[in-house]
Amino acid sequence: MIFNKNLKNILLVVFTTLILSACSTAKKSGNIDGDVYTGKETVKFLASGVPDRVFFATNKSSLTTAARETLRKQATYLRKNKSLNVTIEGHADERGTREYNLALGERRANAAKDYLMTYGISGKRISVISYGKEKPVNPASTSLAWSQNRRSVTVKVN
Amino acid sequence: MKKLLILFFFKILFINNAFALIEVDITRGNLDPLPIAVSPLHVDIKSEAFDGIKIKELGENISSIVEKNFKATGLFNPLKKEAFVQKPDIAHLKPRFEDWRLIKAQALVTGKLLVKDGKLKVEFRLWDLAAAKEMTALAFTTTPSNWRRVAHIISDKIYERLTGEEGYFDTRIIFVAESGPKNQRIKKLAIMDQDGANTKYLTLGNELVLTPRFNPTNQMVTYMSYFRNMPRVYLLDIETGTQEVVGNFPGMTFAPRFSPDGKKIVMSFAKDGNSDIYTMDLDTRVVERITNHSSIDTSPSFSPDGKYIAFNSDRSGLQQIYVMRSDGSGVKRITFGNGIYGTPVWSPRGDLIAFTKMRKGRFFIGVMRIDGTGERLLTENYYQEAPSWSPNGRVLVFYRETKAGTKGEGFSAKLWSIDITGYNERRLNTETDASDPSWSSLLSK
Repeated sequence: MIFNKNLKNILLVVFTTLILSACSTAKKSGNIDGDVYTGKETVKFLASGVPDRVFFATNKSSLTTAARETLRKQATYLRKNKSLNVTIEGHADERGTREYNLALGERRANAAKDYLMTYGISGKRISVISYGKEKPVNPASTSLAWSQNRRSVTVKVN
Repeated sequence: MKKLLILFFFKILFINNAFALIEVDITRGNLDPLPIAVSPLHVDIKSEAFDGIKIKELGENISSIVEKNFKATGLFNPLKKEAFVQKPDIAHLKPRFEDWRLIKAQALVTGKLLVKDGKLKVEFRLWDLAAAKEMTALAFTTTPSNWRRVAHIISDKIYERLTGEEGYFDTRIIFVAESGPKNQRIKKLAIMDQDGANTKYLTLGNELVLTPRFNPTNQMVTYMSYFRNMPRVYLLDIETGTQEVVGNFPGMTFAPRFSPDGKKIVMSFAKDGNSDIYTMDLDTRVVERITNHSSIDTSPSFSPDGKYIAFNSDRSGLQQIYVMRSDGSGVKRITFGNGIYGTPVWSPRGDLIAFTKMRKGRFFIGVMRIDGTGERLLTENYYQEAPSWSPNGRVLVFYRETKAGTKGEGFSAKLWSIDITGYNERRLNTETDASDPSWSSLLSK
């Protein structure tokens, strides 16, 4: 019994350390959180303080906290500039089949569009286009480049 | 295409099935390729000049294409001509079988040609050297500028006779020719003979083009183009060069393929973040929605009988392969292995599905039975996808990309082929980088 209890405690300790170390390695390395890009290197601005793009995790189109913050800034900017229309370009990294990536880019661009619409921006002002993996912003074959390429970019059309 | 049609004067002159003749087993990887002597075709001295064609060398040139075709199968070992023991014209009349056997040849191809009155007359024979018998013979007439196709047709007939399977040499491949740096790629539709000759560019590279696929008669191509920045599926008539958008969809259409009867195009249509599969009848223009699911459904491919469609979907979380009836009913997931599966393509024989598999950062081309069992991974690499079947269902062509450096340097995209045995992997010759290959059916069928 006593032995068992001790063993249990040891196992618990081992497990916690494993989980903690797993977290710390996966969490952050440079400008990547999980595998979502968090840096500014490739980012352009629609206006001062309004980033033009948001980044996604591999195979995902869900918006991170940072992505939502960026899109809120875009929404505010679009509300102030009522005559401005935009195109949202959806992109994928090179590590997927071409046809699936076209669909994934479209899904990402629409995730951004939908979020802007929840802030009262009319869908008529936002068009969407997917380039799949066809237009990488960073041509390298590294995890950093892939994270920068998994993006949706809001582009002014007028 | 019609003008390319070859007039067969008379078909097989004489086939001898009397007793055990040589046979090549193509169901396994062949580690002991059949030694074959391809004698240059004898050029008749009565041959006349024909614009731009080197008549004197025509016999040599045809036989060397036949040799290259044979070598590329991995099933045959064409012997060096220096060792040949008889002059082409004499061997064609009557080979000295015992002498040819001395150079370890088991099969011999002989032939002759005549260019006269603007026509090319060709005759060839295949000899079984061990049995000392003629196995097959064929004569036909065509226009001299078709001489490369003559070589491919001869190759097909011999392959057919020795393996019992249809050949795949008189075929073409349509693909995307790529050039320029990785982040500013220029892409053009291109078409070439199966052996890399006669490359022709069908678009100028002004807009991004992707995923061209032949119709069953090889006269039409469906592909995706970003013309005017509107990503849509197009239909192109190769002969006339006319093209049109397929359907009137309010959004991106992509991943097109023809139905086996050539009457419909199946493709994906993406709207509001959701991609589903649709068909459009090319005669009636009727559009039908085939899948209706909030996931990404794409890369559809018909079974050769037209009754089923294989596709990939991420409805279970990540991309997997599914099969359904062609009306969209009876959807069934068929891949359950470790990894992500995409680009299912039904074999022309109907018994296998080729696919791309992604696992642990590596890409595989494989085949499985149509119920998903019997998965066999044929080749593993850094990045490769988009298999397309040879018309006889024995070989797959696909594209492979290399890892790029920090500035995109060292990146390349090339076409490769591999037998479904997993043997005989080889790179196809292309003038430029290339991707998205689609293999035609036999042109002279």
